[in-house]
Amino acid sequence: MKKLISFGLAILFTTFSFSQNATVKGVVKFVGEAPKPRLISMKADRQCDAIHGGKSVTAEDVVVNPNGTLKWVFVYVKEGVKGKYNPPSEPVVIDQQGCWYQPHVFGIMVGQKLEIRNSDPLLHNIHATPKKNKPFNIGQPVKGMKSYHTFDTPEIMVPFKCDVHPWMSAYAGVLDHPFFSVSNDKGEFEIKNLPPGTYTIEAWHEKFGTLTQTVTVKPGETKQIEFTFERKK
Amino acid sequence: MSEKQSKFHGGVLIFFFAVGIIVSLWVVIRNGWWLPELASEHGAVIDRIFITILVISGILFILSEFALSFFVFKYAGSSERKAFYLPGNTRKEILWSIIPGTLVVVILEVSAEFLGGASLWGKLHGEVPKDAFLVEITGEQFAWNLRYPGPDGKFGKTDPKLISPDNPLGIDISDENAKDDIVFPAGQGIMYLPLNKPVVMLIRSKDVLHSPFLPNFRIKQDAVPGMTTRAWFVPKKAGEYELACAELCGLGHYRMKLPVIVAPEEEVKEWLSQQTPAVDLYY
Repeated sequence: MKKLISFGLAILFTTFSFSQNATVKGVVKFVGEAPKPRLISMKADRQCDAIHGGKSVTAEDVVVNPNGTLKWVFVYVKEGVKGKYNPPSEPVVIDQQGCWYQPHVFGIMVGQKLEIRNSDPLLHNIHATPKKNKPFNIGQPVKGMKSYHTFDTPEIMVPFKCDVHPWMSAYAGVLDHPFFSVSNDKGEFEIKNLPPGTYTIEAWHEKFGTLTQTVTVKPGETKQIEFTFERKK
Repeated sequence: MSEKQSKFHGGVLIFFFAVGIIVSLWVVIRNGWWLPELASEHGAVIDRIFITILVISGILFILSEFALSFFVFKYAGSSERKAFYLPGNTRKEILWSIIPGTLVVVILEVSAEFLGGASLWGKLHGEVPKDAFLVEITGEQFAWNLRYPGPDGKFGKTDPKLISPDNPLGIDISDENAKDDIVFPAGQGIMYLPLNKPVVMLIRSKDVLHSPFLPNFRIKQDAVPGMTTRAWFVPKKAGEYELACAELCGLGHYRMKLPVIVAPEEEVKEWLSQQTPAVDLYY
């Protein structure tokens, strides 16, 4: 009976605490003339070029969405997170497909597994060049290969490159908490399950740098925020 | 050494000489002439010089090598002959210095004067045509950076201090001429060249010696750090080619290749207009 009560209490407590947690969501806007998208030709590697039918692929370093927002912005809680968070057991996947990284920007927790897949029938090597974590360089010569890696220290951001295909580039934000998001095709991001409190939220973009703002969230609140990146002239 | 052994060694020399010639001929007959498809205006002169020198030196090689192996075989060590000391003979030495020397001069003169070598050299290293298509190629370990001057036809300033992973050539974007430059970081570009129009390559290096080599266009020029070297040619055949590095520059030397496409000028202009100008890359 005692066990049952404590179990029930635990469930109640969890649901209560979740319903009490806040959400921070919003959009990343872009002001100014959108730079002309960079075209990447894969002619240097015949196999990659054949996968894309000889067509150029648009680079993802600056993607301004049709609605004037910015894609691939890593939004995360920089300061204010209290307590310890365990990494989820499911891995984050980065796939090499069509001589391209998918996704281009992603977040991962310290200790969480990063699954590196090669879906191309050719050699890729994933070469991470972090400053705080240990760099690594894994060659994947065969289609369907999977390799795993975990990061030890939080780091904004860890760049990935392929030495065989210089146009391939990806970034990972490594954090010791799960409060991060990446802006999508509509520039939207959403950080869920944030305990009430005051936080510094940072938005990171590979070309435009970082923007920060402080938010205070009450229990159960959904707070709308907005970041605006501007093209420096 | 026994007499038998001496004869055998002489025979081996003749044998390998004959086998070597047969194998070389067989390779050429089987695979065809080994020079890659010619695609430039001046290349015919270079091929002519190459073939002439090959024929002259080939005949000399066969004669001298045959004489050598014949004498080694004929005058192999024998118990009936004794080795003797051969004192120097000034007249003979002068003779066998002058004959090859003259031959070298003859080959040089023939290729320079009669095959058009001298005038070609003067043309390639003289003034470049004024309306030429410009492309800058910068070597680094182990890929090529490319830059086109954009619609204004002028390259913008660069500064080594501005070089960063984001700006691999150190483009000074405050320079008006730089704004429309089209830049391809190492390993990401294509050399797109207009057909039947002079192309001037400005060649630079970020680290060590490299050498852009265009076998189809019979062009090779070293890239020297701290200098801008130059080479020009006229592409005469549309198609896809390859540029390779011809100066051993390190472990990745073998993968320093660059796709080269020759197409009608309008097509090249169209392709260039689709690319992103520097002003949209560096800000």
